This record gives sequence, C-alpha cells and structure tokens, in this order.
Amino acid sequence: MDKMPGWADAVLVPLISLILAAILSALVIIGIGEDPIAAFNLMVDGALMRSSGWGYTLYYATNFIFTGLAVAVAFHARLFNIGGEGQAMIGGLGVALACLYIPWPNWYVALLGATVSAAIFGALWALIPAYLQAKRGSHIVITTIMFNFIAAALLNYVLVNLLRPQGAMDPATAKFPEATHLPTFQDMFSTATAPMFRGAPANVTFFLALLACVFVWVLIWRTRLGYEIRAFGHSESAAKYAGISPVKITIVAMLISGALAGMMALNTTMGEAERLVMNATEGAGFIGIAVALMGRSHPLGVLLAALLFGFLYQGGAELALWTNIPRELIVVIQALVILFTGALDNMVRMPLEKLFLARRRKA
Amino acid sequence: MTLMTKLSSAVAALALTAGAAVAEPALIFDLGGKFDKSFNEAAFNGAKRWSEEAGESFREIELQSEAQREQALRRFAENGNNPIVMTGFAFGNVLSEVAPDYPDTKFAIIDMVVDAPNVRSVVFNEHEGSYLVGMMAAMASESGTVGFIGGMDIPLIRKFACGYAQGVKAVNPDATVVANMTGTTPAAWNDPVKGSELTKAQISQGADVVYAAAGGTGVGVLQTAADEGILSIGVDSNQNYLHPGKVLTSMMKRVDNAVYDAMKAGTDLETGINVMGIANGGIGYALDEYNASLVSAEMQAAVDEASAKIASGELTVHDYMSDDSCPALSF
Amino acid sequence: MTTAVAPETDIVPTTVAPAIELKGISKAFGPVQANKNISISVKPGTIHGIIGENGAGKSTLMSILYGFYKADRGEIFIHGKKTDIPDSQAAIRAGIGMVFQHFKLVPNFTVLENVILGAEDGPLLRSSLNKARGVLKQLAAEYELHVDPDAIVENLSVGHQQRVEILKALYRQADILILDEPTGVLTPAEADHLFRILDNLRSEGKTIILITHKLREIMKSTDTVSVMRRGEMTATVKTSETSPERLAEMMVGRKVLLHVEKQPASPKDPVLEIENLRLVDDKGVERLKGISLNVRAGEILGIAGVAGNGQSELLEVLGGYADATGTVRVNGQSIDLTGKHSDGQSRRARGIAHVPEDRHREGLIMPFTAWENTIFGYHRDPKIQSGPLMNNAAIKAEAAAKMERFDVRPPNPKLAARNFSGGNQQKIVLAREIERNPDILLVGQPTRGVDIGAIEFIHQQIVRLRDEGKAILLVSVELDEIFSLSDRIAVMFDGQIMGERLPSETNEKELGLLMAGITDTANAAMPASPMAMTETELQEAAEAEPTSDAEAVPSATEAETAAESPDQEQAAAEEVPPPEPSPAGEDEPVEEFSTAPVSAPDGIPSIDTGSIASLSASIPMSAPSAPPPPTKTEDPEEGDKNG
Repeated sequence: MDKMPGWADAVLVPLISLILAAILSALVIIGIGEDPIAAFNLMVDGALMRSSGWGYTLYYATNFIFTGLAVAVAFHARLFNIGGEGQAMIGGLGVALACLYIPWPNWYVALLGATVSAAIFGALWALIPAYLQAKRGSHIVITTIMFNFIAAALLNYVLVNLLRPQGAMDPATAKFPEATHLPTFQDMFSTATAPMFRGAPANVTFFLALLACVFVWVLIWRTRLGYEIRAFGHSESAAKYAGISPVKITIVAMLISGALAGMMALNTTMGEAERLVMNATEGAGFIGIAVALMGRSHPLGVLLAALLFGFLYQGGAELALWTNIPRELIVVIQALVILFTGALDNMVRMPLEKLFLARRRKA
Repeated sequence: MTLMTKLSSAVAALALTAGAAVAEPALIFDLGGKFDKSFNEAAFNGAKRWSEEAGESFREIELQSEAQREQALRRFAENGNNPIVMTGFAFGNVLSEVAPDYPDTKFAIIDMVVDAPNVRSVVFNEHEGSYLVGMMAAMASESGTVGFIGGMDIPLIRKFACGYAQGVKAVNPDATVVANMTGTTPAAWNDPVKGSELTKAQISQGADVVYAAAGGTGVGVLQTAADEGILSIGVDSNQNYLHPGKVLTSMMKRVDNAVYDAMKAGTDLETGINVMGIANGGIGYALDEYNASLVSAEMQAAVDEASAKIASGELTVHDYMSDDSCPALSF
Repeated sequence: MTTAVAPETDIVPTTVAPAIELKGISKAFGPVQANKNISISVKPGTIHGIIGENGAGKSTLMSILYGFYKADRGEIFIHGKKTDIPDSQAAIRAGIGMVFQHFKLVPNFTVLENVILGAEDGPLLRSSLNKARGVLKQLAAEYELHVDPDAIVENLSVGHQQRVEILKALYRQADILILDEPTGVLTPAEADHLFRILDNLRSEGKTIILITHKLREIMKSTDTVSVMRRGEMTATVKTSETSPERLAEMMVGRKVLLHVEKQPASPKDPVLEIENLRLVDDKGVERLKGISLNVRAGEILGIAGVAGNGQSELLEVLGGYADATGTVRVNGQSIDLTGKHSDGQSRRARGIAHVPEDRHREGLIMPFTAWENTIFGYHRDPKIQSGPLMNNAAIKAEAAAKMERFDVRPPNPKLAARNFSGGNQQKIVLAREIERNPDILLVGQPTRGVDIGAIEFIHQQIVRLRDEGKAILLVSVELDEIFSLSDRIAVMFDGQIMGERLPSETNEKELGLLMAGITDTANAAMPASPMAMTETELQEAAEAEPTSDAEAVPSATEAETAAESPDQEQAAAEEVPPPEPSPAGEDEPVEEFSTAPVSAPDGIPSIDTGSIASLSASIPMSAPSAPPPPTKTEDPEEGDKNG
C-alpha cells in the first residue's frame, strides 16, 4: 500500500517544493526592492531563451550530473560521500597530468585518456576514506570532508610549486596543448550562417555525462554489483546474511563514486578552462548532494535536477549581470531551492500524502 | 495567455533597458567581491568617482564562478558596454581569447598583461611601493623585527613581500622579517579571523610593525595590530583612516586611478601596456592627517629620497616575479 | 462471517457500571478501515483479553482509548460516564494507564526518575522523588511489584523494566490498565510473574485489558475475551465458556489445523556435524561454549531455549556470517569457520540453506520487490546472469512461479517485500531457500509474526523437506513449535547444549528446567510454574500420562489424519467459506490434547502474530552483555519468595 502514486512522488513533490522556494525567493527579492517577475523573466531569458544561455546552463548541468551521480551511487550503498569536491579536484589533477605530459594525437583519444586518468585519480582519492570506513569504522562523512581540505591543499601545492609555469601569477597549469582541446557546442553546432552557443563553455563532455547516466542506471538496476550495492544500502545485516561483503561493497561503491566525481573535472578543466586552475570545482561537489537528493538517486532524476541547478546558476549569473541583486542574494535563492527540495522534502510530502489518502477514501 | 503577455512585455522592458545601456562602461570584479576594503573596492571607488564626475552610470558584476569570467566579458561586449574594465590577473587567459572577438570594444585589465590591439594592460610596480613602506617599517620598529602577512600564497603577493623585505634590509640589515601567508586557497583573501591570529603570532615573535597585503584579510590584521598597540601598514587603498594613529602608512596601489582613467577615456581608451609605478604616481605611500604623527621628518626624507632614486632608475628593487626568487627573504 | 459464536453482549451485569464501555467506535486510515463499529464493555475488577491477528485493529482500538488517535465515530464511557479522550493526558486523568509493547522509559534514568517523569509536583524534584519512593514501596508490597527504585533502567532486565511501566501507570492512579502484547519480550518465568501481578491487581479491584495474540495467555489469565478480525469485533465471550480452537477459528475466520501432521522420521547418515563450536562476541563475551551436535538426513533437530542463549549465534556461524572456532562438517567435509571462505556465499555453495530468525533484518530487503528477493543470496548464480547483466526477465518469471507454488498472496512479484503480510514474507524466504534443493536447511523462528493460516503451510513445507531426506536444524523459542516439528530436541542454555531428548520421551516440564539451566531434572524442586507457556492443566496432563509415549504418538497421528482430512481440504481452498463447525470438530482436538500431549501438547502451535520489532528488541534485551544466569536465578528465587 503505497501512500500516493509514483508520479506524485517523483514529479509533484519536487515541483511543489520548487514553487515554494520560488515564492520565498520572490519575497526576498521584493524585500530588497526589485521586481521578482522581471528577475524570473531575466533568468529564463538568459538561461533558456538563447543558445549561448543554454550553453552555460548545460555546462553547469554537466558538472552537476557527474557530481550528482557520484553522490547517488554512494547513496545506494548508504554511504554519504561529501567528498565529491575533493575527488573532482584531484580528478582535475589527473586530467591536467594526462593532457600536459602525454602527446595526444587528437581530441577524442585525449578525451578517452583524460577520462581514464580523471576517473582513476578521483577513485583513488575516494579509496582512502572508503578503506577507513570499511576497515576502521571511521565515519565516511567526516573523512570525506577532511579529504576535501587535503585535496585543496595538495592541489594548491602542486599548482603553485610544481605545475605553474615560470612567472605566472595564477595558481594554474600552463594551457593544455591544442590537440587536447575539446569541441565546444559552438564548434559542433554552429554553421557559417547561424552561430550557435557563441562563447558558451558547454562542450562534448555533456554527452559523456549523459553516457554516465546510462552507465549508472545499468550498473545499479541491471548488474549483480548494483544489486549488491542496493542490498547493502538497504540492510547491512541482510547483506551479511546473503554473503555480500560490506568491506568490498563499501570500497567498490566509493571507488565508482570517486571516479564519477573525478570525471567532472573533464568538463571544467579540459572542456572549459583548458588548463587546471585552483578553483575549478566551484562547489559542484556539494551541489551534487542536493542534486542527488532531489533526483532521488535515480540517474534520470539526477539529470533533471542537474539541469535545474544549471538553470539556477546561469540564471543567477544573468541576475548578477543585469540587476542590482547582490550575488549573496543569488546564493540565498539557490540555497532556498536546495533547502526546499532536499532538506524540507517531508514538509511537502506529508500533507500531500494525506491529501491523496483523503481523496482515495472518498473515491 | 496572461503569462505569455507578461513574459513578452517583460522581455520588451528588458530590451529597452539593455538598449539604454549602450556605451556604458562596465566593471567586472574578481571573486573577492566588491567590498573587500582593498583591491576590488579601490576599483569600485575609481569607477564611482568617474560616475559622479561625469554624471553617468556604469555596469558591474561580482563573479561567482570561473566560468562567469568569459560569460561576463562576452555579455557586456555584446550588450555594447565599452570600455570593459576588469580587476585581477585571473582574467588574463580569458581576455586573450575574448578580446579578438570584439575588435570594436576596448578592454582594460589590471594586474596582467594581455597582448591584444584593443586591450589596455595596467600593471603596477608593487615591489617598489612595498620597498618604501618596508623602509618606513624598519625605521618605526623598535624591536628590529617586522612582519608581513600575505593573502593567498601566489607570486604577486610574494612580489609584495620581497619588495618589503628589501626595503627593511636597506634601512636595517640586521632586521628580521617575519612573513606569513594566510592560506593557499582563494579564501585567504577574505579571512580576517586568520589575519588576526597571524598578527598575534607575529607579535609574539617580536614584530612591532606588520604589513598586510591580503585583501579583506588585512582588515583583521589592522584591527588586531591596533588592539595590541603595534603599528600596521595597509595596502592598495589608503587604509590609514581605519585606525587613526595606529596605521603607519598604506602602500598605495592606485587601482582607483587606473579604473578612473580607463572610464574617463571611454571608447578612446589608449591600448597597450600601462605600467603604474612610483614614477607616474601609480604607486606610492599614504600620508594624511591620520598618520602624520607617526611619520617623522627623518623617515619621510629617507623615503622620498629612495622614491626619487627609484623613479630615476638609480635604484632598482628586485621583482620577485622576474625570476621567482627573492634576495632578501626566503619563503 | 460464519462464526458460530454470536457476540455476547450480556456478560456484564447491568447493575454495575462497566469500567470501560465503547460504543460504535470506528476509525479509518485512508482506505483502511482499522476499526469498524466496535462496542465492548468491561466489568470492573476483571481481566479482559483482546485477541486477534496482526492488523486486526487491536492496537488502533487501544490507541483510541489512550488518546493517541481520535475515533471517527463512537463514544467512550468510563465508569458509566461519557468521556472524551483527546490526548494521553486526558486518558491518564480518566484513570487509564497503558503499558506499551516497546517501553517508553528513559534508559539512563533511575526507576524513580522514570516513575515521576511527567508527573512531577513542582520544579524541584526532591519532594516528588521522596513521595514516589514511598508510593513505590507500598505498591511493591501490595502487588509483588518489586523493583529497586534507585536502579538505572537500562541495567534492569526486561521483566523489571515492564514492572516500571506498570508502576508508572499505578503511580498516576490508573485503575484501568491496558497491556499491549506484554509477554512478547519476556522470558517464560518473567511472563509468569507478570500474570501473578495482574492477578493481584485484579483482586484489588483494578480493571485490566490484555492485548495479545497468544491463545494460551488468554485462556490462562482472562475472565472475558473479545476477538477482533479485520477491524471488527467478531465475538465477546466468557473465557471459561470457550476453547483455544474456537478462539483461533474466530480470529482467522475458518477452521484451523492447530497441529502438525507428520510421519515418524527415518533418519539416515549425519549430514551436519558440529564439534566443540565456540564463539566470542565483540564485547568479549563467550556466546557459544563448545556446542556439539549432529543433524542427520531426513530429520528435524529442534533447538529449544529462551531467546538470547546462543541460538542466534549458532545460526549465524552455520549461515556463514559470524566467525567461530571448532569443527563443522557438511557431508563429512569440514568447512571454514573464519576467513575468506566463510561467508553466506560459500555456505550456500556447500548446500546449506538458511531461513534466518529475523526476516526483516536478514532474510529480506524490505524495499526490494518480491522478485528481487527471490534471488537474494543466490544472486551470483551464473544461471540468472546474461552476459555482464542480470537476467531480470528470467528472474521475474521464476519468481512468479515460486510465488504460485508457495501460495504467496498477492502473487505479484513486482510488489515490494514490505507490502506483504508477515506470513507471505516468510513464504517468500522459504520458497527461495527450499527451492534451491539444499542438503541442510537452517530455520530460525519460522513462524514468528506469521498468521495462523500461513503457519500450517510453513510447517508442512518443513516437514516435506524432511521427508525428502534433508537435514533440518530448527531454532525456535516457541516450545510448542519445537515439540510439534522436531524429531529430536536439543536444549540450549547460556551457549551450551544442556541435553538432547526425544519428543516422545520428554515433556514441557523437563525441557523447561533444561532451558533454565537445571540439568538435574529428576530431583529439581521446581516452582509452581516456571514457564509461562506451561499451563497447569497441561502439566497435570503430561504428568498423568506416564504410559508408553511411543505408542501414543502413532495412534494420535492416525486419529488426526483420519479426523482432520476435511479440514485440510479447506485449508487448501481458502476461498471456499468454511462449513459450519460441527460439534465433533470442537470436541476432537480436546480429545487429542488429553491423550497425546507429546505430539502437539495442547493442539496449539503458538500463534505469534506480534510485530517483528518486538522480537528484534527482545533478542538483545534478553541477552544482556553479562551472561544470562543472573536473570535466570533471580526469577525462580523470586518465585519462591512470593509463592
């Protein structure tokens, strides 16, 4: 006896949460003397009504798909991987090393190589917390958070002291060689007569992110490993009964999670900046948590949630460009969405369940 | 239906404002934020001064993410904003890509050299100014130990530290320079609490003058120095007023002037490299009613002499960024 | 409804106002009608039982009475006065006290602090504590409710914690006491003590409502009993005028086969040999102290014992998820008890199937669909893989077939396991484990939380597997179940085997002593009734039956087979409404009960419809980190003192 139909759970609850967040955001905007409807139109116009806006929306969404999937895979094993940020940073290091030190013949071979490198680096960064959780019982939330700081410090050291070109100010690597530059949407979809996605950073890694969604779906719902991950996630005691090793599943799930987080760096580092900068992840690892929560840890949900957050990011940038809404307030609006869709989920769900029950009783 | 009408009218309104905005200059702040009481704020003050004098408005944006650098540049350029001024070396790479796409738009970048026909690159000889305040610190110090607190550990800040140390040693070769960086991430630009802790740590090592080249973090440094009764040196803007009688001086990096100049020049902005140093008044030290009592005539004479020598080329201060090393200080 | 018994409404004399009277209470949760037009009245100074299967609506009714839920319709009268009970405070004011199945105590508070919690007289505790100390002393003397007022609650045994709950209610001057499944977490001796306390309370004029699913407890302690089924009150009768069979029938709505029908075993070679098995748990407590057992092909070895005496650990070791030392041989080959090759997978590969004690925690993944659960533990079988993926279509088809064969209702493989009833969940587990054709089946608490209808089926399946020549190790805390299924019985106490008996050569009294750790069963001076399960009549019956039991067994079995066959047909075709029960149908089990206590002591397998949560609570609770003996010695001692 489920309390309400599946579509209500998957669509209606997030939708109502979003509307609530939007109403509250509107009040905030009114509070500082701006017009919320104009602001919303500006966001929609800037993020969705032109191809370059889409180019940014999809660029951000690509980041969030990777980190959201990373969190989702770990969620299925009931592991709360907060370390997506650090894993993505170290994944970026993997991308940079692969791009800088291996003479790739062309971009697609380079992409393949950099993907493997990013995944391995990200996975290894997740391995240590995973091992500590599996073997020593150190809580993965604590260790992954700490590893974010360690990753930032390590990356900074490497960038400042090892990879920074002579005389450069930025803690960043040199520009990657031409052969590793990924085709952007502009390269792919623009024609001579109709320029598309002009200057937007969205690039071919978006399709890689879509592939990752399919991969995760197959992994979780169609393979033995996915079965074991889910079983372990639902009940550790039952997993033991069935002969599923908690140590193995913890480590494997975290490796996959770390690899996905690491692959996020392909988009920012190889696709956009074409060099590794210090601040490449920009909190996408944390947004991934909200994305996974909102997407119910399902790849399709993650994709949709990532698009939403991509829209919020791009729309927020438009607000910053054309209105006097300070950027702190834009962060507040983004936070409201996270709050309502993630943390306050039950606030919407429970009244809705009651409503459905009441309706069914009448019927 | 109503939604559509609303939407279209709003878009129309937007187009209207966008149209009115043509030829407005634009200013892009770096990730540190507009009100960092330092670098970005100096830029804002310059723009504001121009705006008040000229009676015109300008567009501005505070960035939230790396990807927005290019976005902001392009959106402003497409919108017809001209010139577009940006603060911070981090725009270098992006600008070199974007500038050629908008040959009719003039760009001004501060703290970085970008080689493009429509870009003015404004760079400052911070090591020279730091040298001067280093001399003053050494003269004001009674303990023979002075401090330096940098923001994020990057070459630019080491350039500050290196110039400062050279100035100190020039006055008192036996002086000790205690140098600390606040951090290794961009957060180091805005961590006044950490700045305060570092100040206390340096005081315990005997420092009685500290020089903060740390953006927003410096606010904490100056505050703590004032609270603990030692002298401090501000940076970028004139920060003497923050704690009258407690701030020895400020190393003035006239970012405000650079922005003001660029906006005033408007579409006629002269491109090429624009080095702001002691010689052309882009760099200097602050002397006003707030620190008059702290700066002795002797001190002022010595500094002015060095200043003249640097301007004439007689005295060269070593630039850390020229070879990533510093003769007076090891990091 | 074809129940023969019409609700009897006139048991309560009209002269005295009933302590509690409910009139037409209805309550719905969405589409589920939890209570339909329920009316009862309970005479003051009596114990009234409410019995029914899981989900029959007993707990809802009591929650309405205690103010947790508001009834959609209906009225409540307390001592003849119409009373509104909007919340539990109002219930307390009306003199109603409730003892929950899961105690609502603060574990790290003392008994006194718990008793006054929420009933303090003022902001300062001292005076309240002093007052409570006096009241407690008085109550202890009056009702045998002895608890150390300064003990920390978490250090108390479960039985004592329950007494604290009762004290809490009495301290709030309750004169109507509701107990929800009070014996679910108690050892037999503790349960026995509880019933003595209830007796005392009754004789002091308190009214008690006892909610339970155990027919025996109803028969033993209540004056009147109401039966609930699917939200309705199907009957209210005087306990002395009914029988367990009739109650069971009213609960289920059809006649129920209350005993297991089986041929004598013909065991062959030992398949599972256990020697000197030892296990020390994480806390350093030795849980298994050198267990040695054999299980032969074609026999059921039952392990009897109070929960927490190492039975769970034994199953865990054999199932491959607890490390131990010693030797275990399967078909003559010894298996690894530690290390890499000691897990559930390798055990299954050696032909050991395992129906775990707790299907919620171990046997099933509750949010998984039924079809996903039908391969749980066997999901690595190459037969259900296609390439790198799992062959979900094949698994689903196979699951549907299994569910059909095991009569799982509803037969929908796509439904999540948690949406099935306890019995059907257990059938899913059983189907999974049995259909793999194992050599050895480990079964823990096979009918815990299972409705009566499914119990029959599950027992039949276990016996069928035995008859196919498999070795079966059965662990159950229900002595009835052990008696009715086992071909041999081993009794566990404190991690040791206290002895092995043939069911035909022992009785509940002897096993009860072994379960309490007393091996000298011949000379033991035993308290009047150490086991709650042991009814006085039963003992008498058992003792008064010194004739050759070996003869009695087959004859009894024959008699059953002959007499019960029509019932069996009904059981198979559940949709057919059961015929009117004939008077013969009522008499016959009674007859069997008196002649053949060994095969099915009183004809009632313990009908445990309690929730699984209570049992998961009971295991750790009745197995505190200190070894069990203290509680064991304490209770008989108290029994002596009070008896």
